[in-house]
Amino acid sequence: MKSLLAQKHKFSDSKAQIEFLEENRGFPLFADSLKSCGIFPLKPAGIDIFQMNIGKMCNQVCKHCHVDAGPDRKEIMTRETMEICLSVIRNNPEIQTVDLTGGAPEMNPEFFWFVEEVSKLNRKIIVRCNLTIILANKKYHILPEFFKEHKVEVVSSLPFYNAQRTDSQRGEGVFEKSIRAIQMLNEVGYGKENSGLMLNLVYNPAGAFLPAAQAILEGQFKQQLSRQFGIVFNHLFTITNMPISRFLEYLIQTENYEDYMDKLISAFNPAAATGVMCRNTLSIGWDGQIYDCDFNQMLELNVSGASKHIRDFDKQSLLTREIVLNQHCFGCTAGSGSSCGGATT
Amino acid sequence: MKTYYNPEDLKKFSKIGNFQKKLADKFFDYYGEVFAEGELSAREKSLIALAVAHAIQCPYCIDAYTSDSLEKGWTEGQMMEAVHVAGAIRGGASLVHGVQMMNKVNDLTM
Repeated sequence: MKSLLAQKHKFSDSKAQIEFLEENRGFPLFADSLKSCGIFPLKPAGIDIFQMNIGKMCNQVCKHCHVDAGPDRKEIMTRETMEICLSVIRNNPEIQTVDLTGGAPEMNPEFFWFVEEVSKLNRKIIVRCNLTIILANKKYHILPEFFKEHKVEVVSSLPFYNAQRTDSQRGEGVFEKSIRAIQMLNEVGYGKENSGLMLNLVYNPAGAFLPAAQAILEGQFKQQLSRQFGIVFNHLFTITNMPISRFLEYLIQTENYEDYMDKLISAFNPAAATGVMCRNTLSIGWDGQIYDCDFNQMLELNVSGASKHIRDFDKQSLLTREIVLNQHCFGCTAGSGSSCGGATT
Repeated sequence: MKTYYNPEDLKKFSKIGNFQKKLADKFFDYYGEVFAEGELSAREKSLIALAVAHAIQCPYCIDAYTSDSLEKGWTEGQMMEAVHVAGAIRGGASLVHGVQMMNKVNDLTM
């Protein structure tokens, strides 16, 4: 499995993805769906979560990855950009959470320094850890202890509680390594009652279907992972696959694109639309560009208004902006809704 | 190529009401009620529907309840076991008539 970029695939250009999403197939426009429930234009409610994609480099190449991440990706956030981000976080106490994602964020050479600096600011820190990175190299074996020391909330993808479905999405052998990594996190207290160390797992469907009900699936995961591997964790977040990047390519190759879009559109839920994560999140790209969410970031759809780069951060401009929408947004409003923190309703 | 079954037709199911609205409305109300949470969960009902879909060999129902079973969190193994239940009942239903055949043989032979 190679990244779209390594394949020189047309969808490695975000403009080609947007053109495809905007082709007229008789689907309603996402903006019109918001209009029908009186929430257009979509406006922010605040900036509670500061999500930073600190690099597209990853030790895995997952079939559904919206980042098109992989070992070949060299886009990495510099210390200089991180310092500007630190200053913004420091000067804006309403930012409660700093959410680090990638790629594998741990592969950024400044990762350990940056987490130490953020932890001095007393904000909640989330690291979206792919689990296998902990075992990928000796220098990462310290991650569970490092996360514990800085009270990092660990959020990790595990598409299913069996190897078949996990490996079909994330690569051969990923399930086994993920289980070992979770056990290492459990060993230092993660996921255990009263430890204060949060370990949340992420389920996303290994194919062209919507996630199961979050609470029911969480129960199944807890029962199965405990019974088979003695694993504990706090919560399961169910996330819908967005029709962009590698997942878009998968949908087209398997002739599932139209049915999947139909499914997302039919399941449009106004309550989920009100609670979309872009209303309280900012997403910062590896190069400091500002986006409404990580998906817009991958489509290179910058925020509207003047504050398009972190060095030009202007809270007022960002709080009054109109959130940029496109057809992929139906992924966040289908059924129970979807966000980086799971279902939204 | 024309075929008797077209996957696109499943999306038009609700249009049966265009020819007879009253009965279609009653049917879809009933259908919705049957699959709602009850003494059996909606999740359990989905897997039963998948098995029944195979027993009656309805391609629309197999497509619909394969998707639905995945979306209700059933595994491939569980889904296939449900199909085997349908297969066992269908096979058993044929084989149990073997007793009728044996009875008739006994009636007709010395």
